Amino acid sequence: MGLKTKALTKSLWVFHLCAGGSCNNCDIEILDLLTPRFDVERFGIVLVGSARHADVLLVTGSLTRKAAPRARRVYEQMPKPGLVVACGACALGRGIFNEGYNTPCRLDELMPVDVYIPGCPPKPEAMIAGIAKLINKVKGQK
Amino acid sequence: MVKGRFTAAEKEMKLLFNYIIFPGFLFSAVIGLISGWVDRKVTARVQWRVGPPWYQNFIDIIKLLGKEIIVPQGSKITFLLSPLFGLLSAVLVATILGNAFISPLEGFIGDIIVVLYLLVIPAISIIIGAFSSRNCLASVGASREMKLILAYELPFILAIIVVLIKSAGALQIGSIINYQINFGSHLSSPSGALAFIVAMLCIQAKLDFVPFDMSEAEQEIMGGTLIEYSGLPLAIFKLTKAILLYTLPLLLISLFWANEIGVWALIGKYILLLVIIVLVKNTNPRMRIDQTIKFFWGPVTVVVTIALILALFGL
Ligand code: SF4
Repeated sequence: MGLKTKALTKSLWVFHLCAGGSCNNCDIEILDLLTPRFDVERFGIVLVGSARHADVLLVTGSLTRKAAPRARRVYEQMPKPGLVVACGACALGRGIFNEGYNTPCRLDELMPVDVYIPGCPPKPEAMIAGIAKLINKVKGQK
Repeated sequence: MVKGRFTAAEKEMKLLFNYIIFPGFLFSAVIGLISGWVDRKVTARVQWRVGPPWYQNFIDIIKLLGKEIIVPQGSKITFLLSPLFGLLSAVLVATILGNAFISPLEGFIGDIIVVLYLLVIPAISIIIGAFSSRNCLASVGASREMKLILAYELPFILAIIVVLIKSAGALQIGSIINYQINFGSHLSSPSGALAFIVAMLCIQAKLDFVPFDMSEAEQEIMGGTLIEYSGLPLAIFKLTKAILLYTLPLLLISLFWANEIGVWALIGKYILLLVIIVLVKNTNPRMRIDQTIKFFWGPVTVVVTIALILALFGL
């Protein structure tokens, strides 16, 4: 495993993208990860404000007609190697908005998704397990 | 004289060594990244968290080196060159300061003025880089950074003039240090203490730390000035900030608190100043840019003017 891959797994900068149709509960659970109880900064994970700084695109919510092309653009603007994590039933398969007229597609029809974290909303423990899977995937990929 | 023993080529080699390795780029970058960790760790402890391991900032830099560099439309050359200028001048300041501590008599007259100028260049390089990215949020950040420079430069220069008056008009960092070794630190006199407080506030703003971090407010303008940077240029900006985090407290020690400059005394003083800066950062809300300008041009300038008058009376 190269030095750069190793560094990537130890310092994942996360850009949190709430793609329109979400009930905001996933987003609140994501913030739990930064609180003293879970504190993912121990592993070098921080939230960043710009997609240009990001290594991980964390998408929540089912994509609305308006948000889907923009989510795609944000993905294209992220410098590679970049990873995508889908968080919550909405992002995985449109969740409670499955029948909605305004939620045209799942996230993985739009961009390659590396890790799926199911749940409505997923527990913070589940998210940490997802991140661990992501790191293992990056290590194996090399 | 010791100097006479070196030939010109050897002197150049020594300068190059000073600039690149010790006390220049390599040394200051390592110390700066470690102090960046102290910043993150103390922040985490204040928030009752554990915080990252000590090598976290090194890993971040290595990771950024391996990322793709995205150059937005706009003037590509200024976008890519401006981080370099910031880094080069920050390293130059670190070198001049380090040499002033190692051999106080070997500096040149007026190096404090050179340092003052060089310390503005990293901020200017951030402004130029942000404007050349043609991002509207970056422009907002850059304009705030510009006003911030206007706000803090005046009291900062006045505080340094207080030091110059108190050390009998010496214009050389080395002789200011020497003066304090002989006659006690400036911090122990009333005017020196006032000027020191003002200078602390100014370096808080120079480092873009809360309460004066409105130019890269993550919550409002998404990282502001740095928003379009990725990969190597972003790593260079992070390194520049790390080097400034090492240089600026050291500058304050050399100007105000240099009565004792053994290695351990320096490390202790440096860590104390660093922790004070981080604690101020963690216990204050972000100010708006207009409040900042009023703050620096109002109360702060008044305080430093009082210090100036006291210094003229020899207090
Ligand atoms: S997955 Fe559930 S909790 Fe998360 S945004 Fe969708 S509806 Fe809300």
